[in-house]
Amino acid sequence: MGIIAAKAKLSKSSPVMRKYRAFIHHQQDKTVQPDISVKHLNKVYADGFRALNDINLDIKRGEIFALLGPNGAGKTTLISIICGIANISSGEVKAAGYDIVKDYRKARESIGLVPQELHTDSFETVWGAVSFSRGLFGKPPAPGHIEKVLKDLSLWDKKDNRIMSLSGGMKRRLMIAKALSHEPQILFLDEPTAGVDVELRRDMWEMVRKLRENGVTIILTTHYIEEAEEMADRIGVIRNGEIILVEDKSRLMSKLGKKELRLHLQSPLETIPGQLALEPVELSEDGYELIYTFDSQQEQAGVARLLRTLGDLDIEYRDIQTRESSLEEIFVGLVNE
Amino acid sequence: MNLYGVRAIYNFEMARMRRTLMQSVAAPVISTSLYFVVFGSAIGSRMGDIDNISYGAFIIPGLVMLSLLMQSISNASFGIYMPKFSGTIYEVLSAPVSYVEVVLGYVGAAATKSVILGIIILLTARLFVDYDVLHPFWMFAFLVLTAITFSLFGFIIGIWADGFEKLQIIPLMIVTPLVFLGGTFYSIDMLPEVWQTVSLFNPVVYLISGFRWAFYGVSDVHVGISVGMTVMFLSACMVAVWWIFKTGYRLRS
Repeated sequence: MGIIAAKAKLSKSSPVMRKYRAFIHHQQDKTVQPDISVKHLNKVYADGFRALNDINLDIKRGEIFALLGPNGAGKTTLISIICGIANISSGEVKAAGYDIVKDYRKARESIGLVPQELHTDSFETVWGAVSFSRGLFGKPPAPGHIEKVLKDLSLWDKKDNRIMSLSGGMKRRLMIAKALSHEPQILFLDEPTAGVDVELRRDMWEMVRKLRENGVTIILTTHYIEEAEEMADRIGVIRNGEIILVEDKSRLMSKLGKKELRLHLQSPLETIPGQLALEPVELSEDGYELIYTFDSQQEQAGVARLLRTLGDLDIEYRDIQTRESSLEEIFVGLVNE
Repeated sequence: MNLYGVRAIYNFEMARMRRTLMQSVAAPVISTSLYFVVFGSAIGSRMGDIDNISYGAFIIPGLVMLSLLMQSISNASFGIYMPKFSGTIYEVLSAPVSYVEVVLGYVGAAATKSVILGIIILLTARLFVDYDVLHPFWMFAFLVLTAITFSLFGFIIGIWADGFEKLQIIPLMIVTPLVFLGGTFYSIDMLPEVWQTVSLFNPVVYLISGFRWAFYGVSDVHVGISVGMTVMFLSACMVAVWWIFKTGYRLRS
């Protein structure tokens, strides 16, 4: 009788089932939806300045996405809009499947933000500041979680210190602790390692990797391109308020990267021999180095042909070096196009 | 409703008061007590009664109101201005809190501080001057209503201000004169008829009058009008705050 009654209560049209279906639908959606979805986003300030122009961007769940761009390109504006700090002029943004305007509570609950500037309340203690952030984001007190976050960020022994007594690096870590206090699904790191020493930067990279392993989606902006090269799964490049490229990092490196072969000659050359005129070869000023540049993706036949030609010309070399272009060189090339 | 969020803002603001007890509590209590000593005990004893109330007792509601207004404005304006100034406002703006919850946190804390301060001042006044409270419920209701209204007003000032000077200008240049000319030290019946009419344009007259009625049962204007004017000002402040959050005025670009 009880089961029959329960089944009757759980008929297809019952409110419980409707809620359940809506929940399942949302969960299914989450598996296919990106964590951040930006569609036709525009931002025009009151003075008419267009900071973002028709931005379309999807960021997958659990990836580390590096957003690169020169100063004033629109990185911080984009982050500010997604996090709710700035208003949208037009377009649509979803975070964790929720519209950031209509479902702003759900959307913001899922986001943690580490801003570029070290905005802190100097008179508050470390523990107080992190606890405040957790409460603000609608989470009940969880001393255990805050303790873990502070320990992970090597701030535990400073928990009762006032923020004004912390060093710049500690304040930066505190900003991260505040952003992680409410266990966000998406973490924005806007220039997280600016002004941080090398050792601490490495620690932070390690922490970011651990967060990713725990399923946190990380969006990173940085001026240290090596940081993006070291950590990112995908790279987005923004210039003058427009996304000009979004690519898998390794694909980007192989697609747009260059390789360089340097041959250290036994005897200097005065000019590049005529037989090599059609090859992408340069001669160093002292004549001791031949530099051959080729695309990463290009087949290796060019190198073999070059070496064969040098052999035919009796040009001897004592050393060969190769190097690939860094993400920084690719980035500089892109933004200067 | 994000009650944890409201509580976080509220507790943060109350903690600020505890950190600055000398400035938040001791200073206004001492300065108001000086009025009680000078005008209540010293000069007051040589002045005639007003409406059958000793002068020292007569000025108590006005002086409590002066502190209440100034502290409500100062607490709330400073509370919201400081995060704007230091940049920590980013956290409030990016948190899942509605504007009602933000206002509840900041204004609730500012009003609480002011009410606490008002009660301390009233208790301190007892040391210097003898006074009665005929309608304790209405006295407390006026205290709370005024604290909330002017904390909301202070909140608006804090959002509007883009420098410390602007933060001070309205309390010092507008509110203080209005309180002094609003019947704190005299009954407006004592003024020439023209100035009585002019005084009725001063919103503080209604606050002090209503508050004094709760103490002694006498007032310059009917207590119903006092309550109505206070509620009207509260409503105006609420509309202004609603507009601020709707447009993002000086908060969201």
